[in-house]
Amino acid sequence: MGFTKDQLLDRLKELQINFVCYDHPVVLTVEAQAKYVGHLGGLLSKNLLLKDKKHRYYVVSALANTNVDLKVLSQRLGLGKGGLRMAPEESLQEILQVPLGCVTPFALINESAGTVSFLLDQGFKSQECCFFHPLSNDATISLGSSGLEKFLTSLGRKPAYVDLEATPLVGKDNPPDLADFVPSGVPALSDSAEKAPPIQPPVVTQAPENVKSTSAGKASIKAKVQSGTTEKPKSTVNPLIEATDVEKVIEEIFAKFASAVQSENKQEEIETSLFDGVRKRITTDLQMQMMSFKNAAYSQGFQAGVEAVRIAMKNMSFRS
Amino acid sequence: MAEEKVSSTGEEDSQVVNPWEVTAKDGDKIDYDKLIEQFGCQRLGADLVQRVERLTGRPAHVFLRRGVFFAHRDFDEILDLYERGEKFYLYTGRGPSSEALHFGHLIPFMFTKYLQDAFKVPLVIQLTDDEKCMWKNISIEESKRLARENARDIIACGFDVTRTFIFSDFNYLGGKFYENMVKVANCVTFNKVVGIFGFTREDHIGKISFPPVQAVPSFPSSFPHLFADKNNKVNDNLRCLIPCAIDQDPYFRMTRDVAPRIGYQKPSLIESTFFPALQGENGKMSASDPNSAIYVTDSPKDIKNKVNRYAFSGGQDSIEKHRKLGANLEVDIPVKYLSFFLDDDAELEHIKEEYGSGRMLTGQVKARLIEVLSELVERHRRGRALVTDEMVDAFMAVRPLPFMFS
Repeated sequence: MGFTKDQLLDRLKELQINFVCYDHPVVLTVEAQAKYVGHLGGLLSKNLLLKDKKHRYYVVSALANTNVDLKVLSQRLGLGKGGLRMAPEESLQEILQVPLGCVTPFALINESAGTVSFLLDQGFKSQECCFFHPLSNDATISLGSSGLEKFLTSLGRKPAYVDLEATPLVGKDNPPDLADFVPSGVPALSDSAEKAPPIQPPVVTQAPENVKSTSAGKASIKAKVQSGTTEKPKSTVNPLIEATDVEKVIEEIFAKFASAVQSENKQEEIETSLFDGVRKRITTDLQMQMMSFKNAAYSQGFQAGVEAVRIAMKNMSFRS
Repeated sequence: MAEEKVSSTGEEDSQVVNPWEVTAKDGDKIDYDKLIEQFGCQRLGADLVQRVERLTGRPAHVFLRRGVFFAHRDFDEILDLYERGEKFYLYTGRGPSSEALHFGHLIPFMFTKYLQDAFKVPLVIQLTDDEKCMWKNISIEESKRLARENARDIIACGFDVTRTFIFSDFNYLGGKFYENMVKVANCVTFNKVVGIFGFTREDHIGKISFPPVQAVPSFPSSFPHLFADKNNKVNDNLRCLIPCAIDQDPYFRMTRDVAPRIGYQKPSLIESTFFPALQGENGKMSASDPNSAIYVTDSPKDIKNKVNRYAFSGGQDSIEKHRKLGANLEVDIPVKYLSFFLDDDAELEHIKEEYGSGRMLTGQVKARLIEVLSELVERHRRGRALVTDEMVDAFMAVRPLPFMFS
């Protein structure tokens, strides 16, 4: 059950965010919306729901006249040249729980949007009057950028502005500047009957103090998992955790291999069931092999560490 | 604090289940329902299995689906806290009494590996070399050697070194671990252990004072190098889940009784049935009879031979009779073994259907079992070949595991 417009407005009032709500007939485009609120002198937004090849979603809220180039954005996110496209209509309902033409940052309040990344046009920064749909097409609310930031913070997200029109060169010496906006979390299970609450926020601690520990330099830790709050766009989780996740790595290798086979085989599409069958046959063996690899690498490192300490101790006693 | 209830049977010919003896009543099968009732633990129902699937986002392990792990104590509490975003750790162990491991020994480890991967939690594995030294009358050196050998097979099951701490009692006891042992020992009278474990006045005091050794790994403060923070404080509320065979229940009944009295949390348990011998439920898997079990060191030829010659069949004496009456699935060992190790639910159902109705013959079922077991043994063998001394040292080193919850 997604949030309704009224529930959203109640929440904004709870959070003491000032807004003005304008009702109007249902609109599906920015132009149509402009007919009803364009004269009020605020900033209209165009909001896109995008999806990448790994089924990760992004909401982009831009000024109506900002040029959003999906190819450029895709590269800046580190998804390659054609990695980003408009999400299919079903996703609006499934992920954001809003109708067609109603993509809005406020949809992020829904648990199903927990792992959706949010890119906000820097054109909205420090603006008093920004227009967004409040989860339905028959109204528009106007609020200041500080109000929007407050809303995002209440969801556990860190408000971050992006220059959507910038076209930095992405290459070997210039890593994708928006790479941090790529979601890394477990996607919310799309079983509409029951919402599995978010599991395992990216916590990296030594002791599982389940409240207020502040390990310096590690990801900020939350004790209570609030609904709808999982991944923040800028995550400071140790990249090695994902890199040494055996199951994840095997999945990625297999996906890469399967896609390469498809590309090579120019004649016709290979049945996905073939890949599923192959995957079933070899996944366990590959996982075990990779676990052996991980354990071996760790053991070699451990040996090296023990030896290094031994040498250091010997040198110390030698000098004294 | 209410004690863990154990109903006394009082009957001489009832089944006996404790860490050192498992005998069914009168040469019959073990009655698990009665055992659950007698021990006072809970049945692990389909609803819990579904909940596990939902929380871990993957299909449940074959042992959960087939009711191999069939009983628990407070496993639902572990799932509750996990759902809330809290953590727990796993604890299991082995008494290293022999070098050769068979499939029955591997079952708790295979399941524990699944739990580690699915929930992404750390694991401590206790090798009770001191216990085996006392009970099996082997030398300390030999016990320690067997512990290291067994550690290799355990590691070969695929545990993650960044989340796993293996320790042997002779190496690790001391410090906080020993302090906890004393705390536990202070709360358990001689009468109590006699009642729980069946000790007598003739038993030497080593045996009688052993139970706390197996109890205290359930408490995080026993492992300060893992669970203490920078200020050397341990969160005593960190819960522990113990996957084990149900014959270990007495140790943890005692532990759960004592825990609240010393300010600790009760460990939760998830318990398995016993793995039958090749010759059938009534047979005993014993180290002296190599044909009673499939060992991880068996060659494909050995496996084929053992299954074909010794696996107790529920099929009929003659093909005609078999086609007519079908197989007795209750006593058939190949089908039983397949229910442990054949992952494909649909295929297993099909085999049971066809074999039970007489359309499939014993030979075919055995052939499939041989395939499945050979694949498992081969995978284990490959994994074990890659376990070096250095790797065992790394797993057994007293070191922090900074990524154990990632």
